Amino acid sequence: MNIRLEHVSKHFKNTVAVDDLSVVIEEGMLICLLGPSGCGKSTTLSMVAGLEPPTQGEIYFGDRPMAHIPVEDRDIGMVFQNYALYPHMTVLENIMFPLKMRRVPRAQRRQRAEEMGEMLQLTELLRRKPGQLSGGQQQRVAIARALVKEPQILLLDEPFSNLDARLRIELREDIRALQKKLGITTVFVTHDQEEAMSISDRILLMRDGRVQQYATPEEMYRRPTNQFTAGFLGNPPINFVPCTYDGEIVTVEGAPDWRLPLDRLRPCREGIAGKAVLGIRPEDLYVAERGFCTAAITAIQPLGKEVYLKLAAGPHQLTACLSWDHDYRVGEELPLAVKQLHLFPARPEEGGGAHGL
Amino acid sequence: MGSERLPLRVWARRSGLKAWLYLLPALLILGVFQIYPVFKSFLMGFYTKFDYLTDTVYEWGLDNFVNLLHDADFALAIQNTCILVVLAAPLSIAVSLVFAVLLNSNIRLRRVFQSIYFLPFVTSMVAVSIAWSWMLNKDFGLVNSVLKLFGISKVAWLTTPDMTIPILVVLAVWKGLGYRVIILLAGLQGIDRRYYAAARVDGARGLSRFFHITIPMLKPTLVFLSITTVIDVFKTFDEVYVMYSNDPGPLKSGLTIVYYIFTKFYRHWEFASAAAASFVLFLMIFAITLLQFLFTSRSRREGRR
Repeated sequence: MNIRLEHVSKHFKNTVAVDDLSVVIEEGMLICLLGPSGCGKSTTLSMVAGLEPPTQGEIYFGDRPMAHIPVEDRDIGMVFQNYALYPHMTVLENIMFPLKMRRVPRAQRRQRAEEMGEMLQLTELLRRKPGQLSGGQQQRVAIARALVKEPQILLLDEPFSNLDARLRIELREDIRALQKKLGITTVFVTHDQEEAMSISDRILLMRDGRVQQYATPEEMYRRPTNQFTAGFLGNPPINFVPCTYDGEIVTVEGAPDWRLPLDRLRPCREGIAGKAVLGIRPEDLYVAERGFCTAAITAIQPLGKEVYLKLAAGPHQLTACLSWDHDYRVGEELPLAVKQLHLFPARPEEGGGAHGL
Repeated sequence: MGSERLPLRVWARRSGLKAWLYLLPALLILGVFQIYPVFKSFLMGFYTKFDYLTDTVYEWGLDNFVNLLHDADFALAIQNTCILVVLAAPLSIAVSLVFAVLLNSNIRLRRVFQSIYFLPFVTSMVAVSIAWSWMLNKDFGLVNSVLKLFGISKVAWLTTPDMTIPILVVLAVWKGLGYRVIILLAGLQGIDRRYYAAARVDGARGLSRFFHITIPMLKPTLVFLSITTVIDVFKTFDEVYVMYSNDPGPLKSGLTIVYYIFTKFYRHWEFASAAAASFVLFLMIFAITLLQFLFTSRSRREGRR
C-alpha cells in the first residue's frame, strides 16, 4: 500500500513543526525521514501513525483518506525509539498482544508469535520479561511485535539510537532483509545520514519542517539540489567555498587565480548568477600535475585505508580524502585537481538562524 | 588528648552513632506510644487475676481467649467485620479507580473535583458521622426526602438491621475516596504515555488499554491500597459509635471487633478480655496482610523468571 501526504502541516503552539509537506511513498519501499533534530521528521511519522492529527492537509493510505481513522484501525506496525515493550508481559505475550487485540484464536496467535520469534532469533528468550533483555534483544522483540500482525505499513522511529555501533549495523541489515522479504512499505526516521544512505530506497531530507530533497541515496549524494542537502550528507562533510558565477566562469572569492575545470561544474539548478557557493566533496579532490591550485597540508588524519588531509588553499580551508599511497607531511605543498564541482546559490537565510519558524 | 579522642571518634563513626542519634526521637515516641502498648496489651490478654491499678498480676492463663471463643457477641463482631471488609474493601478500590481514571483524563475543573473528593479525608470522622446520621434520619433526613421525589416511601435507615452493613460500606467507600484517588492519580501519572501509544498501534481500544496496560502497570499502587484499605475497614468504629448514638446499631448489626473491644474496656471494665480481643484482631490483620504480601511477592518473582 502506498502512503500519500498532501499539503500536510502540523502546528504546535508557536511553532510550525511540519510545513506543507507533500510526498508519495511507493508501495514496498523503505524510505528514510532524515534531518537534524527538530526538523519535523518524528512529527511526520506520528501523523502517519495517527498518534498526532495534522493541522492541515490529508494523509492517504492507498486511496483511503486517514483523517478520521484512529491509530487502532490503521493496520500499521510501529517500533518506538525506546521500544515501549510492555514490562509486565513476557516476550511471547508482547509479540502475541497485537494478535490478541485482533481476537486471533489462542493456539493460532501462539503459533504465529513463535514463528515470528524464530525469524528474529528470539526463540530462547520467549519466556523472559523485557527487563531481562539487552538493548539489541529488546529491539528485535519490538520488531517482532510490530510485524506479527502482518501490517500494511511499518513505521520505525529512530529504532537504533540506543544501540552500540556494531549492533546497529547488524540490525539495520536484518531489518532491510526482512523488509525486502515481506515487501512491506516502511518509513524509517533517523538523524544518522550514514544509516539512511545504507538502507533506504529513497531519502526524504527535512529541515525546519520543510522537504529539502526527496530522492534515492545515490541521487541525493551525487546531485544535491541545495546547499543544505550537500552539507548534510557525506563524511567528512563537503567543502564550501564562496564564489561568484556569471553563468560561465566561476571566480573564487579571495583566490581569483584558481583555474577550475568548468566542464565538471554542476549547478544545482538553472539560473544561478552573482554570489554563489562552490561545493567540493573531499573524495573528489586528488593530486595531479595540472591542478587548479596548490595547497599546503596543515593537518593529517590517517584512517587506515585512506587519509584525511586538512589543506590551506589560499584563504580557504579544504578537506581532502585521499588514498594512502604517499607519505604526506605537514607543510607539504600539493597540486590539487578535482573530479566534480557543485554550485549552489548563496543561501539567502545564511546567518538568519531558524528561518521559517 | 588527640590520641585518646581519636579511637572514640572512629568507634562512633563505625557504629553509626550519629544516625542513631537522629533516629532517637522518633524511635522513642514510637516505642513508648506504639510498640510498648502493643506488647503490653498482648501480655495483658493472658492475665487472669490482676490488679489493674497497681499493675500486679497474680495469675496467668488462657481463660480470656477461651471466654472469647464462647462469647456469641465476639463471634457476631467477627462476622460483621469480615462481611464489611469483604464488601467495602474491593468496592472502595474499584470506585476510587473509576474516579481516578476520570480525573486523569483531561477534564475541566480537575483541581476542584480533586479537592471535593479529598474533603471527607481531612474532616473529622465524628462530624462526618453526625452529618450522615442526620441525612439518614427517617423523618427529616435528606436521603428520604430525595427518595420521596421519586415516589419511594420512607426507609428507616438507622433502625433497620439489614441496612446497617450497606450504610457502613457506603461510608467506608466515601470516606477514603479522596485519599485513594490521590494515590491512584500519582500511580496513573507514573505510567509512561508511550505504552498507551504502543498499545493503540497494536490495536487496543479504550477498555483493552485499561485492562492490559493501566491495571497491570498500576499493580504496586493497587497492592498498597488494598492492604491499607483492608486494615482501615477492619478498624471501623467511630462511624458506628456516632451514627447509632453509643449503640452498635439495631440488633447489634453494626457490632464490629473494635466496637466489641471498646465495650469490653469502657463499659464492662474487662481489661484483659479487651486485650485478648485486640490481640485476635491484630492476628487477623497480620495474617491477611501477610497473605497479600506473599501473593504479590510470588507473582513478582514469577515476573522476574
